[in-house]
Amino acid sequence: MPDDDIVGRTQALVVRGNEFGFDEFGLSRDSFRGAARVARWLYRNYFRASAFGIEHIPAQGRAIFVSNHSGQLPFDGLVIAAATFLEPPQPRLVRSMVEYFVPTVPFASYLFARWGQITGTPENCRRLLASEEAVLVFPEGARGISKPFSKRYQLAEFGKGFMRLALEMQAPIVPVAVIGAEEQAPAINVKLLARLLGTPSFPVVPYPPFVPLVPLPVKYRVYFGEPMMFTGDPDDDEDVLDEKAKIVKNRIQSMIHLGLREREHVFW
Amino acid sequence: MPTDRTLPRLRKVVITGISGRLGRIVARRLHHDLDWQIVGLDRRPMQGRPKDIEHHQVDLRSKKARDIFRVGDVDALVHLGVMHDPRARPAELYSWNITGTTKLLEYCQAYRVPKVVLVSSANVYGPRPDNPQFLTEDAPLLAAQRFPQMRDLVEIDHLVSTFLWRAQQVETVILRPVHIVGPVHNAPSNYLRIERPPILLGFDPMVQLIHVQDVAEAIASALVPGRRGIYNLVGPGEVPLSAVLKELGREPVAIPHPFAKPILSLAFRLGISSFPVAELDFIRYVCMVDGRRASAELGFRPQFGLRDTIHAVDELA
Repeated sequence: MPDDDIVGRTQALVVRGNEFGFDEFGLSRDSFRGAARVARWLYRNYFRASAFGIEHIPAQGRAIFVSNHSGQLPFDGLVIAAATFLEPPQPRLVRSMVEYFVPTVPFASYLFARWGQITGTPENCRRLLASEEAVLVFPEGARGISKPFSKRYQLAEFGKGFMRLALEMQAPIVPVAVIGAEEQAPAINVKLLARLLGTPSFPVVPYPPFVPLVPLPVKYRVYFGEPMMFTGDPDDDEDVLDEKAKIVKNRIQSMIHLGLREREHVFW
Repeated sequence: MPTDRTLPRLRKVVITGISGRLGRIVARRLHHDLDWQIVGLDRRPMQGRPKDIEHHQVDLRSKKARDIFRVGDVDALVHLGVMHDPRARPAELYSWNITGTTKLLEYCQAYRVPKVVLVSSANVYGPRPDNPQFLTEDAPLLAAQRFPQMRDLVEIDHLVSTFLWRAQQVETVILRPVHIVGPVHNAPSNYLRIERPPILLGFDPMVQLIHVQDVAEAIASALVPGRRGIYNLVGPGEVPLSAVLKELGREPVAIPHPFAKPILSLAFRLGISSFPVAELDFIRYVCMVDGRRASAELGFRPQFGLRDTIHAVDELA
């Protein structure tokens, strides 16, 4: 199937919709199609993304995609989702976890749901995995996306929730490394302003409008690694889970190093 | 069937709030089973009452209500008498709901009623931005956090849950149905009957509806001996609020959410709108529940499909 056949690819997605065309999380093929067109333009034309290791994207069955998170704006999520939708022969819908504040924002509140995103609670993840769907997790969370330019391509601390989930649901982990996002909005963190406003960080970019709103047209490179399977007790000691989470973190870090070596330029 | 057979003693069920539309539908459903002797308990008269239904037009808190239980032959209580009239005085509502429920539970324990069924609501969990898509029965009841008007509902549920654990000899069942729709006068059905209902600009939460007949069916199934516990009741599926309104041919009016509270409370005070401001978050955030426990333990399956359930609000004559 050609990758510009958005209609055909959307139709090929596995959507457990009801007679009104919505799945239980509010995903609708009709809304998805529109979003997919925009995502494809960003993926192909704006970010000129290249994907590697597409054969590692499972065509079906439960899976947890685990990726590094960077660049102030969550375009890395969009690029990963676009890659799994556009690149493999069988398009795969990867549902990412959005922050708890998203449902309070007008329009984003329901549009994100129509496009397949879900509020990031462990219950929601469990339910999707039990229905053999794929989810995307950024274990660095806000620590990752808001880190300053000086810390680029250094992974922040990983949360352990994804590992607990993988063990409990017996789901394979697909490691993902995203190269390029770090340079889309090179920011410094103004700690004083962050303290004043009570936010975890206050990123400032050195060009108007000085707050990260529009990403620079960097070239994205996405690496999918071989799926990893873990076994063990999901209620184990934090240390034991941490050990396992570190294995995934190290794998992603080495994929990032590889990607940086292969890259010739930030913008092309 | 031999006609000269002496009939076994009918089981006696007391239904509070029987005069309301939900009450009458439940009464009709149990009446249909033929093995129930139905006793109504309501302050209001019961219209269209079949002769074999006994009705006591009394206050739940009165001595006369106790007399119904004192005889000691009541086999079950179905408590639907939760009052949430948005125009009633809050103090009176509180006393009716909390004192009334406490008394009923006292009678059930004192006069050995073996079965108590409370029809609570899935609304007790409260619509919240950080809710998981499907809440299970052990989720905290947070509905009163942002809107104190919801506290009666939550408190009654808590009262009966405590009773469930304390009075071990009574089989207590708490049903928490999602928005009940049909020929009834409750908040969700009234809202869906408005030609130009208010919605919040940029919000379109997924909602669950259940047909009132399906709720009556679940009550009948909760009355089966041996069943006790807390159960969410879900209908035929999940749809966005906008899809429900579209299916009904309504023309919603979108209000930006920062203005919704003042506008709607003003309209409510002036009598222009009957939309209770306390319910605003229900058209903003998700409050959906997981019904798998009721399906596994009560064998509950909704009989009405999505479209039939949605259109049931227009069945009101």
